This record gives sequence, C-alpha cells and structure tokens, in this order.
Amino acid sequence: MGPIIVVVELQNDAMSPATGELLTRARQLAPARSTRVVALGFGEAARASLAASGADDAVLVLGADAYVPTRAEAALRQVMHDTSAGLVLLANTTMGMDLGAASAAAEGRPMVAYVTSLAAAEGGAFTATSQVYAGKLVAEVAVPEGSVVTVLPGSWPAEETVGSGTPVRDLAVPSESAMELVRTIEPDTGDVDITRADVLVSVGRGIQDPDNLELADELAEALGAVVSCSRPVVDAGWLPRARQVGKSGQTVKPKLYLALGISGAPEHLQGMKDSEIIVAVNSDPAAPIFEVAHYGATCDILELMPLLTERLGEAG
Amino acid sequence: MRIAVLVKDVPDLVEELELDESGRGLAVDDLSYVPSEWDDQALEEALLLKEASGAHVSAVALDTGDIDNMLYAALAKGADRAVKLVGDYDRTMPGRQRARILADYLAGAGYDLIMTGVQAVDDLDGQIAGLLGGMLGWPHASVVRDVALGADASGAVGFVQEYAGGRMAEFRSATPLVLGVQAAKKPPRYVPIARIRQVSRSATLEEVEAGAPTSESLLAIERLYRPEAQGHATMWEGDAAEVAAALMALLDEQHLRS
Repeated sequence: MGPIIVVVELQNDAMSPATGELLTRARQLAPARSTRVVALGFGEAARASLAASGADDAVLVLGADAYVPTRAEAALRQVMHDTSAGLVLLANTTMGMDLGAASAAAEGRPMVAYVTSLAAAEGGAFTATSQVYAGKLVAEVAVPEGSVVTVLPGSWPAEETVGSGTPVRDLAVPSESAMELVRTIEPDTGDVDITRADVLVSVGRGIQDPDNLELADELAEALGAVVSCSRPVVDAGWLPRARQVGKSGQTVKPKLYLALGISGAPEHLQGMKDSEIIVAVNSDPAAPIFEVAHYGATCDILELMPLLTERLGEAG
Repeated sequence: MRIAVLVKDVPDLVEELELDESGRGLAVDDLSYVPSEWDDQALEEALLLKEASGAHVSAVALDTGDIDNMLYAALAKGADRAVKLVGDYDRTMPGRQRARILADYLAGAGYDLIMTGVQAVDDLDGQIAGLLGGMLGWPHASVVRDVALGADASGAVGFVQEYAGGRMAEFRSATPLVLGVQAAKKPPRYVPIARIRQVSRSATLEEVEAGAPTSESLLAIERLYRPEAQGHATMWEGDAAEVAAALMALLDEQHLRS
C-alpha cells in the first residue's frame, strides 16, 4: 500500500506531543503493511522536526510559516495524491479538523475521526476505535486503505525518536489563496496562569448560574487554589478564556484537580487527565469524567462548595 | 450576504444511549433528540451578523424526522427562512451521506457563507463543515469564532480561528466560504415554546426535494459499545457533608491545604 502520511504540527517551534504520538504509531504500523512513513510539515520552522521525525521521508511545504487552512489543505492533498497515500494521520486539533474531513472529501477517501486506537487488521487495512457521543460510546471501525484518520491527542504514548536522518524534500504550492492571515493573537493569560496552580477548582455546566461562581471563588480562596473551568462556562461568558481547560484552552497538570459539575467531554479530558489527583463531583454517575478521576462523588456541588469552604475555614 | 446555517438534531446525551440489536448502531426510535449544541452556536452567530449587517439567514436541515420544531425555533429566533431538504432520509444516516446531500443542494443555492457547528457528538466520519468544504471545493475553516462581514471592500468575511493553548489567528476569506463555528459572540438566545408554537402556525418551512443518500466512502462500524472502564474513580457515597469530610481527609493526606 501507499505510504502513511503523518501531518506534523509544531508547538513553540518544536514537534507537538500529539505529532510524536502519530509518528510512533505510524512507524509501528508501516512494516506490517510493507510501506513507509512520510512526515509532512509546514514552513521552515518544521525543518528540524521533520529531519528528526524518524520517518522514512519528509516533505516540507515552503512558504507556509504561518498556518493558512486553505494552503495547508492544498499541500496535503497534493502529497496524498502524489504518493497515493495509504493512510493519513492527523491529530484531532484545529489543524486536524481543518484538513482531515476536507481532504478526505475532496480526494474521495473515507475519514475516521476521534480515534483513540489504531492497529493493523486481519483482512483489512487497519482497525480503529473512536470516541463518539462525547465519550459515552466507543465505535470500532474498519479503516480502509486510503483513509484519513484524526487521532485524539494522548491516545497512546510517544516513543523517543533518535537521530536526524530523515531526508526532507521541499514542496512549493501555489501561494494564492482565497483565505489570508490577518494577524495571530497570543493567549491572554489574564490575571492568573492556571497552568501554574497546584490546586484547581474547576467548574462546568453543573454550576448552573453565574451567580454560583462566587461559591467556587470562595472555595478556591479557602483552598489556596485557582478557579478554572470547562468550555461551556467560557462560551456562556461567565469566566474569561484564560481560565479554560481543554483542547482549545490550557493543558494543566496540578497536584489536585477538583472537577465540579464537569461531565468530561473528550475535549476537556485532553487538557487535564494528567493531573496528579483528580476529584470529580457530578450528578450523573455515568459521566465520563469518572473514568479519569481518582475519586468521585455524585452529590450536589452547590451544597458541597460552601460546606467545604466552611470546613476549611474551621480547620484554619 | 446570504448565509445558510446547517442545523441537525442529535441524541440527547442526558439520557441513556440504547444500542440496537445489531450492536453496531443506536436504537434511534428509543432516543430523544436535541439540536446539536454547536449548530446552535452557529445559528446564534449568524443571527448576530444579521442584526449587525443585515445579512439574510436561512436555517437548513435534512428531513431525518421530527425536525420541524428545530426549524420553527430558528425562525422564532430571527432566521429569515427555513429550508427542509426532503428525501428518503432517517436519523441513522452517517455524516458523509448528509454532507453529500447538503453539498449538492448548496452548490447551486446561491449562498455566500455556510455556517454550521464545528462538530457534533455523532460525526464519526468527519465534521460536516470540513466535508462540505472538500466536496464543494470552497475555502473552509474549523474551530471558528468572531465572524465579521464586510472585512474589506471586496465583501470578504473575517473570522478568528482558535488553537490549543488559547492561541488564535484572525483570517479574512473570499466567499463562498464554509465555517465550522465553535462559539458565538453571545450565548445562544432562548425563545419560549409558546413563541415557537406561534411561529409554527404562521410560518412555512420551504421544502426542497434533495438527492438520494449515496454509499460514497462510508465506514463499516463493527461494534458500538460503552467504554470499558480503564480505571474508575473510587466513589465517595453519601451527601455533601460526607463528601466534604472525605475531601478534607484527602487534602490532609496529600498535604494540600494551604
């Protein structure tokens, strides 16, 4: 079969951890299908990461230092086409969501999203499991040759790569594009940096009303903690974006993550599952948050927060 | 500026998801359905654009069953038009099939901007916005917020795209354009059921005969199952007072009290 294409993403000019995971699995799968791994990166900043990717070959898209979805998609499609790609792996990030479905549809290939495991299959190309229905169900899917697959970051460990021996070929793609970058916007860390807190009191939809945030603030103060939240709280305008944990927010690893009224959508878990101790309180005993939490309870968070604040005050 | 907002309903995750006898699909008739939350965000963003710039907003849905109320709700919220694509459709249709039918309709419908939710809880075979972008050959972006019309004199559309770690980028694009919306500038507006009922008595849904489902690039689901717990939380039973006591003990044990 054709090569396994891995789309390389950078984070602070180094290869992102999610890309390392994709390359790891690609290198494991390629021998079983007698094929090679091709890493695809964008812009000069990716050159060193591509050379050290451990892939058999790498393609660097010239003039793509700033990410523009339409240009990146054109480059990926060209590489898929030129190499008769047997499998395309992307992380389920913004770039993966931009390029995955669009490239699959444009090239007439199947697409599998939200993948958490991927293996060579008997009688077929590959088999995958995907998280669907906000992590409440898992779908086991046959992945035909030629598929485009987006993988949830953190689904399996990345192996260290060695050396810098991957040959990098430059690729020029037309620079005209219907879409153009106006400016990049760096994160507003606001008044606090939630990635530096030892203890996070993190609230989700279960907080119900912005007035109840005061209960979380008081608890955080008593605990010497910082208040963070899941995406719906930010989208409702109740807390600033700097407080958001998850795929489109911050990745945190505090000593204690107290998840209050957070159900645990995959996008949220992605940002907090490596916390040292996770305590989750949610009224739904089947909530996915309990799969990653160390301790859990289903009591009313609106009763628990003031009670805990009071006990902490008493214990002084 | 003519905007189409693509809306659909999805199983209500508050309820237990029952599987069908094959173990490869949901028991769709036993489930209750709610509008996909990200589509609600897309609709709200489109309505805010209408209010700010006078865009014409159409809500478009595939008639997979019992979707009229969702379209009437869109009209009650302020959409100018509601289009129901009718055909031999049902709720088991995978996203790829839905996308092809939508793409065939949208290709000739004269819209400038297609907005839909960035994802849905059931889009195993690709997010609708990306699939449409690829099928139509139109520019497309996902995880989008802060859409703005009239970004320049050429009628380009402006938007902001979100990345991990809180980074963002602002883009401007020619139309036609497909955007997968993450969040609207304001929380989706609420309309009382009485208002939706009132609209349903006076407004009409425009029915458009659309294409038949195709078997293009469909996935074979071999099994659908509840996740096997890799590790499950140790559950603290009891009321808030008992849980507070357990938490206090944990804080002490871990030396986590300030």
